[in-house]
Amino acid sequence: MLTILFDGVAYGMLLFVLACGLSVTLGLMNFVNLAHGAFAMAGGYITLVLVNRAGVPFFAGLPIAFIASALLGALFERTLYVHVYGKSHLDQVLFTIGLVFMSVAAVDYVMGSQQVFIQLPDVLQGRFDLFGIGVGRYRLLIIVVCGLLTIGLQLMLSGTRFGSRLRASVDDARVARGLGINVNAVFALTFAFGSGLAGLGGALGAEILGLDPTFPLKYMVYFLIVVTVGGTSSITGPFVASLLIGIADVAGKYYVPKFGAFVIYTIMIIMLILRPQGLFARATGK
Amino acid sequence: MARSLLEEAAHRLATRARWRPLEYVFWLAALASVWHGALHLPERYLILTEVAWLALFALSLDLILGYAGIISLGHAAFFGLGAYAAALLAKYGIVTEPVLALVVSGLIASVLGFATSFLVLRGSDLTRLMVTLGVALIMREIANQIPELTGGADGLQGVVIAPILGLFEFDIFGHVSYVYCLIVLFVLFLLARRIVYSPFGLSLRAVKGNPLRAASIGISVNARLVAIYTLSAFYAGVAGALLAQTQAFASLEVFSLERSADLLLVLIIGGTGYLYGGLIGALIFKLMQDWIANLTPQYWQFWIGLVLVLIVLVGRERIGQWTGGLWLLAERAFRRAAPGTASLAAPPGKGH
Repeated sequence: MLTILFDGVAYGMLLFVLACGLSVTLGLMNFVNLAHGAFAMAGGYITLVLVNRAGVPFFAGLPIAFIASALLGALFERTLYVHVYGKSHLDQVLFTIGLVFMSVAAVDYVMGSQQVFIQLPDVLQGRFDLFGIGVGRYRLLIIVVCGLLTIGLQLMLSGTRFGSRLRASVDDARVARGLGINVNAVFALTFAFGSGLAGLGGALGAEILGLDPTFPLKYMVYFLIVVTVGGTSSITGPFVASLLIGIADVAGKYYVPKFGAFVIYTIMIIMLILRPQGLFARATGK
Repeated sequence: MARSLLEEAAHRLATRARWRPLEYVFWLAALASVWHGALHLPERYLILTEVAWLALFALSLDLILGYAGIISLGHAAFFGLGAYAAALLAKYGIVTEPVLALVVSGLIASVLGFATSFLVLRGSDLTRLMVTLGVALIMREIANQIPELTGGADGLQGVVIAPILGLFEFDIFGHVSYVYCLIVLFVLFLLARRIVYSPFGLSLRAVKGNPLRAASIGISVNARLVAIYTLSAFYAGVAGALLAQTQAFASLEVFSLERSADLLLVLIIGGTGYLYGGLIGALIFKLMQDWIANLTPQYWQFWIGLVLVLIVLVGRERIGQWTGGLWLLAERAFRRAAPGTASLAAPPGKGH
């Protein structure tokens, strides 16, 4: 029971790291980026190549995955995404789905279509008992890393100058512009950072979520659920939503395996009916 | 005074709805394709059949996207339900006659459409995307979880389709199935055309333009949206049923996200909001897919993705304009050639 809870929390934390970039970009530019998972996949495959083929230690692979995905995100944002902000949601959906298709086929071409695993160091394998709870070492690592990241993000958002600029831009981009905040630059940075986080999540999650070329399609729904349930106005919302979904999904698959996948879809649709603006929506003027 | 206004309105509607010469040409060409293929390219029928049901599917999306402005990323839910319904009806001998089974499948899909339309009414574009996507995913999961009925991941096999109307047996070259699909497409196209040119269709356009204003001139916005969404689900269900009947097979793939996304691409290629967009788009899309798949069998998705990205970057309006512009040019040429048949109608709607 508690083990399931533990696994659920690890899974939820992972979802949060993967999806929080998406929720901020959605809230900031009202931009529907269905290709977010592609950056996560990029991070996963970069780590895979580094660790399995070049012999880079796993713990060094993670930050590299973050940086590489962030650079990739920045590149795409500046060259492609920037043309699509002003367009309708339909255009954004078409555009990002096109990117997803391209990334799926491209990775398939380069890396092959089979599911792959990153070789973990021995330290991270197996599990130990702690007060009767089976604690997987790898899952513990995920919780620690993602927990630290969450705290760091929260501190950055609430404490730094960039954080307050970002919050101002999310609340009302026009007024923020009027105050002299360069919203586009804030957005580009956030986009790159979010992509980096997704890449890190992809590298961390390869062990649990599995890594194959259809990753962006498979997990797109999960990211979107996190964002819709959590709302886009803060990172607390997506965080709580991720935990809820992670626990619900793991518990659902464990207790009622036959209806496992229904649980989260049903949660999503009920949430959308009851609270279209998300779980912790603030009454803003938007 | 009021009477003459009514007459005026009726006259305008009638003029708008008049058949244009190009439309005759389009359907005559479609009719000609029935024999053209028989001469030397029997395998082309298989592709043409796919074009026909894809066109019907795209038509159903056009009804909600082009006329009512509802974005859907899960239209495959209705398509898939129709496909499974048709396959199951045939397999268990509940309704063996294909045409009747087609109608029943469409009705089953429209029930789902009616039930989910209330979810779609709420919220913004993003919420609609999520809800439609979620419905398609749930449908896929249901089909996956009851393998004893649907065959699960292996697909539904052992479907035998009876002769159409008890007279025409499906042949292996797909000639009968092409003619069958084409007739169904034509009949449903006529119905759709009748509907979008009716006052109901006009009121939908008003809703798409501005729901608030539409409501304030007395259009019951929600009721119209529910109605068109249900109708669109019926069309999608029939398209799915056509697929299942012509292939005598249904698999989980009918619910896939790729199918919904491809459908958007089909409609965008042809242009939204003038009914022919879906038909032309389906033809171009299938030919393009066939051509690319011949070049790179495994990675055709990459090129489809590239086309999507390019279309958005170039601008959908411009893409829509070329079809609109072509119609206009061709119409002018017609008018010059045969002044007697000149049409007053405006060019078909722009891209979006």
